[in-house]
Parts: sequence; C-alpha cells; structure tokens
Amino acid sequence: MIEDPRTLKAIKNLESPRSVYLVVSSKGGVGKTTVSTLLALVSSIEGHSTGLLDLDFVNPSTHIILGLDPRVIKYEEEKGVKPYMVLDNLYYFTIVSYTMDNPIALRGGDASNALWEILAIVRWNNVENLYIDTPPGIGDEHLDILYRLRRIVKPIVVATPSRLALRSIDRLVDILREMGYGEILFIENMGNGLLRSYAIEKKLIYTGFIPYISEIEESIGSIEKLLKSDLLSYVKTIYKNLRGFTRG
Amino acid sequence: MVHEWALAEAIVLYIENQGVKRGRRLVVKTGALQSIDREVLEFALRMLIKEHGLELGEIEIVEEEPLLKCRNCGYEWRLDPSSMSQDVRESIHFLPESIYAYYRCPRCGSIDFEIVKGRGISEIRVEDHD
Ligand SMILES: Nc1ncnc2c1ncn2[C@@H]1O[C@H](COP(=O)(O)OP(=O)(O)OP(=O)(O)O)[C@@H](O)[C@H]1O
Ligand SMILES: [Mg+2]
Ligand SMILES: [Zn+2]
Repeated sequence: MIEDPRTLKAIKNLESPRSVYLVVSSKGGVGKTTVSTLLALVSSIEGHSTGLLDLDFVNPSTHIILGLDPRVIKYEEEKGVKPYMVLDNLYYFTIVSYTMDNPIALRGGDASNALWEILAIVRWNNVENLYIDTPPGIGDEHLDILYRLRRIVKPIVVATPSRLALRSIDRLVDILREMGYGEILFIENMGNGLLRSYAIEKKLIYTGFIPYISEIEESIGSIEKLLKSDLLSYVKTIYKNLRGFTRG
Repeated sequence: MVHEWALAEAIVLYIENQGVKRGRRLVVKTGALQSIDREVLEFALRMLIKEHGLELGEIEIVEEEPLLKCRNCGYEWRLDPSSMSQDVRESIHFLPESIYAYYRCPRCGSIDFEIVKGRGISEIRVEDHD
C-alpha cells in the first residue's frame, strides 16, 4: 500500500468537529491531562457537544480525573466506534476500556498503528469541540498527527512558569513552526500570568493561566467536585479565549 | 462487532485516492488478529463502492494468520484469536495493540514482542483496473 488507508478515514472523522485541539507540552507533568479534561468538561456544560480523546497510550489518565472505572467505559458500534457518553454533551474515548488499565509498552511503530486505528474507527460526528490529550514531549504519535492532520488540528501548548521549562518550550514551538503551524495556542498552568510576556514575544496565542491550587487533589475523580472547584473560573476564561481565537 | 464499516470506508477512500474507478477484482488482506467479520466487511465494501460510484467487480478477502516474535529471545509464535476469552478477543478486534496488555512471550515471559504479521489490513489491490 502506498499510504496508510486509515489516515484518509481519520481525516474524514476529524473533519466533523469545528475545532480539534491537540494538547501538547515539552515537559511531563505540566498539567496537559488536567487541562484537557477540564476544558472538555467546561465546553460540555457550556452546552456544546464535546469530545475528549486520550491518546496517552502508555499513561492514560483522563479516566482517573473523570472518576471512571475502565469496566464501565463501553463503546457502541455504528459504522465505527461511538465514544462513551460521560455527560449529556461529553463524549469520551480512551484505550483503557480495551487494556483494562493493564500497562502496555508500545514501540514507535506500534504507537503509530494504535493511533491511526483509533483515529480511523472512532467517530466524532456531532461533536463541536474535540480535546486530545497526548503524552509529554514530541513522540511518534505527535509527529504523525501534526504532519498528517495539519489542516485540522490546533495545537495548545501547556507550560508551567519556570526558567528551566522555557528553553524546552522554545524547542517545541520551533518544531511546530517548522511544521507550518502559524497559530499556536498557549496555556500557562500552575502560574499567575508570568508567561504572558514570554508568549507574546514568541507570537504564541496566550489564552490564560491557571494558578497552583493545592485542593485540586480532592476533586480528582469527581466530576461534581471538579465543576465546583476554584479552578473552574480560570478554565472558563481559557475556554472562551480558545473559542474566540479559533472562530470561523 | 461492526466497526468493519469504518475499515471498509478507509479501504474505499484509499482506492478512490489512488484514482482507481473500475476494476475486475478487489483483493483485501486482513489480519486474523482483528477477527474481522468477512461478511460484514464485504457487505460494507459493496455498499460503499456503490456509494462512491466505483465498479470493482469481485471482492476477495484474504485473512493472514498472526505471527508474533519476541524482541528479547527471538522466539516466534502464532496465536489463534478463537482461543481467546471473549473480552480479550473483542479488545484486540478493535485495537490489535491491546495484545500487549494481555500477552507475553511464551518462552521467556518478555512483554517486548512484535506483531510480525496478521495485525490488520496489510494489502488493498484492485486487479485489472483502468
Ligand atoms: N493548576 C494546578 N494546581 C495544582 N496542581 C495541579 C494543577 N494542574 C495540574 N496539577 C497536578 O499536577 C500533576 C500533573 O498533572 P497532569 O497529570 O495533568 O500533567 P500531565 O502534563 O498530563 O502529565 P504527563 O506529562 O505525565 O502526562 C497532577 O497531580 C495534577 O493534579
Ligand atoms: Mg498526562
Ligand atoms: Zn522471549
């Protein structure tokens, strides 16, 4: 085969949402999973049909934040796989329902295979905003998506304010620019606005910050608590800015 | 198990993208690991071929037996999906890489093995096309 037939179907599946956000970071543990899950929650309670896709195969953890047991996450089939409905407006796909949360170590080729299989079979029609959580750094999965789905995905870089982090964000941004991404969205996590000037200087679209909130640990695993937590107003602001910047 | 529709659509999009419109026979090689329901796949292919305005004559679906190989000790083995428990088989049906969550090298116990063949769709060929 000259090309992977699944990429064509993947493109078709991902062309239906109005916005497909790919949440990335240069470093681990900066809050990608937390931010993508919260953005999806906010988007859905704001009344928009929303998708959340966990592409961190080695360390999937969105289900932990949502408090979902892998055994309850089941997909219906209808000309493909329909994501699991978490809330009225929130559709979700993670591999843990297949792996039962057993660890899997995927080499590059396997990770790409798993990625294209999922993107080809999971259907996101009727979803307006799709948020994709990814593993830290730029691995094969990121490169596959960023290259092949350039017209479709909008990268969101999540970073924490630390001098050490800035150098590695620079590198990540350089890679995205080289791939042809002009619009790069930016979220500062566990900070209080310090990175705004950095983002502006780098011509990134600064969409807001989320402060360090130590009580977050108590809300993990409960959608109800997350929706009531102090974090939410910050995430709402970011959500609105993301929509504002990517309208049309 | 009808996610065969999604695979059928990928196949048809692929053929269309190659610029092929007519042919005498379509040959698709699938991997047995995915336990694809041939009847469903063939039915979906026929519907989609028509929908996309293609004429491809006969459809032949060839299933390739899975072959696994340990990266640690080099041992090669086969795996019969019909011997798997229903849940595991279904997970692997959707996502063949789920195999890494349930299997190890039967000789040395390593989790570092590879699917040499029989994973998924490995060939799409239209014979005598114009
Ligand atoms: N704004 C915040 N305030 C306090 N703690 C936070 C905040 N954001 C994230 N955390 C905590 O930081 C830790 C890492 O968060 P998270 O798992 O979302 O990061 P990640 O970037 O997805 O990590 P990985 O790179 O491993 O995938 C978690 O324990 C999370 O609860
Ligand atoms: Mg994460
Ligand atoms: Zn071995």
